[in-house]
Amino acid sequence: MLAPAILYVVALVGLPLFLAALYSVGDVRIGSSGWRFVGLQNFRSVVSSPGFRRALFDSFVFTVSAQALVLVGATLLALALKDSFRGRRSIRFVILLPWVAPVSLGAIGWKWILDSIYSVLSWVLVRLRLVEPFGAPMWLGEPRLAMLSVILVHAWHMLPFATVILLAGWTAIPRDIPEAAEVDGAGFFRRLFAIELPMMRPIMNVALLFGVVFTFTDMTVIYILTRGGPHDSTQVLPSLAFFTGILGSDLAAGAAISLFLVPLLGAAAVWILRAAHRAEVA
Amino acid sequence: MAILETRNLTKIYPRADIGAVADVTLATREGEFLVLLGPSGSGKTTLLRMIAGLETPTSGEIRIGGELVNDRTPRERGIAMVFQSYALYPHLTVLENIEFPLKSRGVPKAARIEKAGWAAGLLGLVALLERKPRQLSGGERQRVALARAIVREPSLFLLDEPLSNLDAKLRATAREELEQFQKRMGTTTVYVTHDQVEAMAMGDRIVVMNLGRVRQIGTPAEVYDDPADTFVATFLGSPPMNLLEAPDGVIGVRPEHLMPAEGGGRDASRRVALRVSHEEYLGAERIVYGAFEGPPFAGQRGVSRVASTHAVHFAPGSVHEFVIPERHVRTFDRQTGLATRRAGRA
Repeated sequence: MLAPAILYVVALVGLPLFLAALYSVGDVRIGSSGWRFVGLQNFRSVVSSPGFRRALFDSFVFTVSAQALVLVGATLLALALKDSFRGRRSIRFVILLPWVAPVSLGAIGWKWILDSIYSVLSWVLVRLRLVEPFGAPMWLGEPRLAMLSVILVHAWHMLPFATVILLAGWTAIPRDIPEAAEVDGAGFFRRLFAIELPMMRPIMNVALLFGVVFTFTDMTVIYILTRGGPHDSTQVLPSLAFFTGILGSDLAAGAAISLFLVPLLGAAAVWILRAAHRAEVA
Repeated sequence: MAILETRNLTKIYPRADIGAVADVTLATREGEFLVLLGPSGSGKTTLLRMIAGLETPTSGEIRIGGELVNDRTPRERGIAMVFQSYALYPHLTVLENIEFPLKSRGVPKAARIEKAGWAAGLLGLVALLERKPRQLSGGERQRVALARAIVREPSLFLLDEPLSNLDAKLRATAREELEQFQKRMGTTTVYVTHDQVEAMAMGDRIVVMNLGRVRQIGTPAEVYDDPADTFVATFLGSPPMNLLEAPDGVIGVRPEHLMPAEGGGRDASRRVALRVSHEEYLGAERIVYGAFEGPPFAGQRGVSRVASTHAVHFAPGSVHEFVIPERHVRTFDRQTGLATRRAGRA
């Protein structure tokens, strides 16, 4: 009975992972035939390249900033949406849209919003007389702004999922507990920071784990908005792996870059799940 | 001056056709243990939540210490509440739970520790201060909730069925402890329960509620002996009061006052005959069920509570003479259900 499931997992997860591992210790290039074992040479050359180090650093900047924004934003949104009010259902639906719509579609929308010539954002800023005509920033053309832009767009994409998780966490808190805190004399902020958010820590950790994994391994937004540019300033490990391995046809190096992430993410997952477990049993 | 007073307090939920709480006027006396008693859905918890400030009244007034508090938040009312679930903060230790109300009010740390220690000592929690709520038994949790409530010495205690989560054996001990504790503290207390035994045992006065309305306010003896209407008569007492159709209205007789004629009947009494259908043996007493024979109650069902020491054996199908002492007969209006004559202590 398990056979189809096992076959499925092997074909879709096991085989690519095995191939990647095989490539990363071989000398495969697109178009080359045959495979020769080269040990850890690919890893050594990848790690020693400045481009990889920069991408590793940017991956952290990208992930940490995007997740920080998502956590704060999702907490605020969940806070606003947890109590019932008129039209809550439609607002919840609208907030979920970025998650259910294809991310490429949303990213293309953002590419237009942030375009160097046709940017609506710049147009609005000019009309509001906040910037000079033709003096609007090049959102995707300057290294720092480009990084900021991809972080914001990625956070926009991740926000609904985290919001939904946090909303579920909030409804799981028995109503009595914040009420007891209210009678005990706690104001809004004390209730939030001393009672409700600490009680939601396990579920926030789960949201964070998903967010970190999705962000660390995702390149859609970067690929569509900046292609890693300008000057590799928004290059993260997944996009670097793609550009090196597929577009640059150095499959072995691409595989090595991709696999570099696996132990890192595994460690992050174990750490966060253990934190979640501790918070639950404590 | 009454610590707590409500005037014509009413709560109507938008989608319900009847008021959850309708026109409740009551006042506590100094240091009193006031019990709100009623079946589920009688509005007793809603009333308590309005007093706490967790529900907004539709109309009417709530006064605490003489001041109108309708528009004040729970925080500003200076009350303490124990919830049915205890609502302990699961991520905080026992000590942090007890300290929380003080912390919320900005009490300095040294005073906080002293006060929390005092409250914990009073409730025998000193050995448990570092535990988390999930490591406590039901009885311990209840005591932590009490300690958290008394720690800042409120002027008014609100308790919402605090014993209902305990098992039967623990409940009896906890009931007694709670009662002693309240007497020692002398804090005016409003206590919600659906358990008439709790209400009778603990209450200085009982407010009997049904369908959002107060049916009677009185001492346990008053509400039991002289119920204001047929609802109170049947809600209190187990088995409930016999209500018998008579030509001049409804007659109410407590099962313990429907006494076997053998050995009884010194007072002026009515004599009736009861055909026994069955008997329940409860150790100290027996509950005898049957139907009356002959006028004036022919065919109506009757229940009698007889001490087990009583010699008579009640075989199913046998007919026995019973007496009802005249001074224990209560009468109610057939239409309104209200008591029409206050005999006895009236």
